[in-house]
Amino acid sequence: MSDLKHFRPDTAFGGKNEKRDLTSSAKKAQDPDAKLSAKDKKRIQLAADLGEAETGWDKFKILCSENKLAAASAVIILVIALMAIFAPVVAPYDPTKQDLLHRLEGMSAAHIFGTDQLGRDVFSRMIYGARVSLVIGLLPTFLSLALGTVLGLISGYLGKAADFVIMRLADITMAFPSLLLAMVVMYTLGAGIVNIFLALTFVSWAGTARVIRSQTLSLREMEYIEAARSMGVSKWRIMFQHILPNCLPNLIVLFTLNIPGSILSESSLSFLGIGAQPPMTSWGLMVSDGKQYLFTDPVVAIAPGVAILILALAFNFLGDGVRDVLDPYLNKQ
Amino acid sequence: MAKKIINRVLVSIPVLIGVIFIIYVMLNIIPGNPIEVMMAEHARQDVIDRISAYYGLDKPVWEQFLIYMKNLLHGDLGVSYKLNRSVNSLIADAFPYTLKLAIAAAIVSWLIGIPAGILSAIHENTIVDRLFMGFSLLGVSMPVFWAALIFQYIFAYRLAWVPVSGADTWQSYILPAIVLGWSSAGTIARLTRSNLLEVLEEDYIRTAWAKGLSQAGVILHHAFKNALLPVITMMAIQVASLLSGAVITETVFAIPGIGRLAVDAITNRDMPLLQGTVIFTTILIIAGNLIADILYSVIDPRIREK
Repeated sequence: MSDLKHFRPDTAFGGKNEKRDLTSSAKKAQDPDAKLSAKDKKRIQLAADLGEAETGWDKFKILCSENKLAAASAVIILVIALMAIFAPVVAPYDPTKQDLLHRLEGMSAAHIFGTDQLGRDVFSRMIYGARVSLVIGLLPTFLSLALGTVLGLISGYLGKAADFVIMRLADITMAFPSLLLAMVVMYTLGAGIVNIFLALTFVSWAGTARVIRSQTLSLREMEYIEAARSMGVSKWRIMFQHILPNCLPNLIVLFTLNIPGSILSESSLSFLGIGAQPPMTSWGLMVSDGKQYLFTDPVVAIAPGVAILILALAFNFLGDGVRDVLDPYLNKQ
Repeated sequence: MAKKIINRVLVSIPVLIGVIFIIYVMLNIIPGNPIEVMMAEHARQDVIDRISAYYGLDKPVWEQFLIYMKNLLHGDLGVSYKLNRSVNSLIADAFPYTLKLAIAAAIVSWLIGIPAGILSAIHENTIVDRLFMGFSLLGVSMPVFWAALIFQYIFAYRLAWVPVSGADTWQSYILPAIVLGWSSAGTIARLTRSNLLEVLEEDYIRTAWAKGLSQAGVILHHAFKNALLPVITMMAIQVASLLSGAVITETVFAIPGIGRLAVDAITNRDMPLLQGTVIFTTILIIAGNLIADILYSVIDPRIREK
C-alpha cells in the first residue's frame, strides 16, 4: 500500500505538472532552447524536491522553507482561528458585559485595547468578532466557489443553450459593482449574518464559473475524456469525476485568493450598518461603532481595523504562496 | 473596425436589459406595500391608497415593470419615496461630487501605480520590488473605511493639514482621493510590472540594449509604450469602478455623491432612489468596459488588424 502511494500523484502539483507537459510540448518542440528564467528553474527544483519527499510532513516542511511569508501567514491564520474557536477560554472578559463607569478608557494593563462606549472590553469583543470574520471569509467563498464550479462545468461541458444562458448571467453579474449589488441583496433580504452569506455568494460566483468553464473547454478535448465518453460514462460522471479533479489546483488558488475579498465585503457591509447586527460583534461593526469616538479615543475604532487588515493580508500572502506552488505557469498579475 | 465597435455595442445591450431586470426583480419581490411600511400605523387607509396610486403601486407588478422600462427609455428614473423629488435630479446633483472624487482618485492611482510598477519591474526580485509589491498588497487588503478613519485621524485631526470631511473646498478631496486611489494603485502597479517584465523579454528590447541605449531610453522609449497598452484599458475600467466604488469613501468623508445617495436610500428604504442609483452606476460600468474594449483595439494595431 505504501508503495502504491508513492506512485500516485497525490499532490495537486503532480497532476498539474503532467497536464502542462502535454499542452506545452508543441511549443517546446518549436523552440527547444527556450531559456528558463531563474524563477522557473527554482520551481522545477522545488517540484523535484517535493517528488523526493517521503511523507506529507516533509513536503510541508519544504514548502514552508520555500515561502516563509506564506508559512508565517498560515501560522497567523491558525492562531486567529484557534482564538476564535476557544473564544470563551481566551477572552479575558465577557464581550457583552457593560460597565458604564469605565467607558472609553483607552489602553491599559486591564484592558489591552481599552473599553468601548458601553464599557465593554474591546479585545474580548475582537476575539468574538474573529468568529464572524472567519466564518464569513470561508463560508460564502466556499459556497460561491461551489456554485461557480457547478455552473462552469455545465457551461463548459454541455455547451449550447446552457453555456449561453450561464455565461450571459455571468456577464450580467459581473457588470454590477459588487458592493452595490451586495447592498441591494441586503436591502431585499434584510440585514443579518445568513443574508450576508447569500449576498456574497450571489455576487462572486461568476468569476469562478468563467475560470472553470475555460478549463473545462480545454479538458474536454483531452484523450482520456474521449476514452471515458466512448466507454459510455455519463455526462455528469465525466464532469464531476474526470474533469473536476483536474480543476482542483485552480479552485484551491481561487479559494484562498477570494477569502480576503469576502472578509473585506462583510466588514464593509457591517460598517455601513447593513451587515452583522448587534448584539453580534463583527470587526466591521466595531469600527463603525468606534468611529464616533475617533478623535477622543482612536483605539476603539483602529484596533478592530488592524485585525481585519492582518487577516486579509495573511490570506493574500498565503494565496500567493499557494498559487506559486500549484500553478507555476499561471501568469502573475 | 466600425463593424466591430457596433457589434460590441450591440452585445452590451442584452446585458444592460438583464441588469435592469434583475435589479427590478430583486427590489420588488419584497412583499407588502412600501408606502404602508413607511407610514406605519399613522396614516388612514385612503391616504395610503392615494399615495400608492401616485407612485403607480396599485397596478400589477408586470405592468409596473413595463411602465418603469418605458420611463427608463425616456431617461426617467422615477420619484424618490422619501424626498419626493425626481431620482434624476437627485443623481444630477450628486454626480459632480462623485465624478470629481473619481477623477482625483484615478490620478492618484496612476501617479503612484505606474512609477511603482516600472521601478519594481526594473528591480525585479530585489528589495525595491518586494517593498512596492508589499505596499500594493497592503492597499488591496486594507479595509477602505478603516484607512479613511486613520487618514482622518492623522492628517485632518492631528496635523490639521486638510478638512476632516465635506466637499466644500478642493482640499477636502485630498484625503478621499488618496484613500480611494491607493487600492487601485496596487492593481495598476501589478499590471504595469507584469506587462513590463513580459515586454522586456522581447527581441526588439535586446536590440535596443545592443544598440547601447541608456536604461531610461530602453525602458521609457521602447518597452514602456507596449507595456502600457493593457494598463490604459485597465484605466477605463478602473474609472468606471471608481465612480461606483466610492460608497464607503463618500460615507466616511461625508461627500454628497452617488454612493452616499445609495446608502441613504437603503437606510430610508427608498426603493426608487436605490434602484435609480444602482442602474445609473451599472450603466457607467458597462460603458466603461465598452470603452476599454474599443480603446484596446484602437491603440493596438495587432488587435485592430485581426
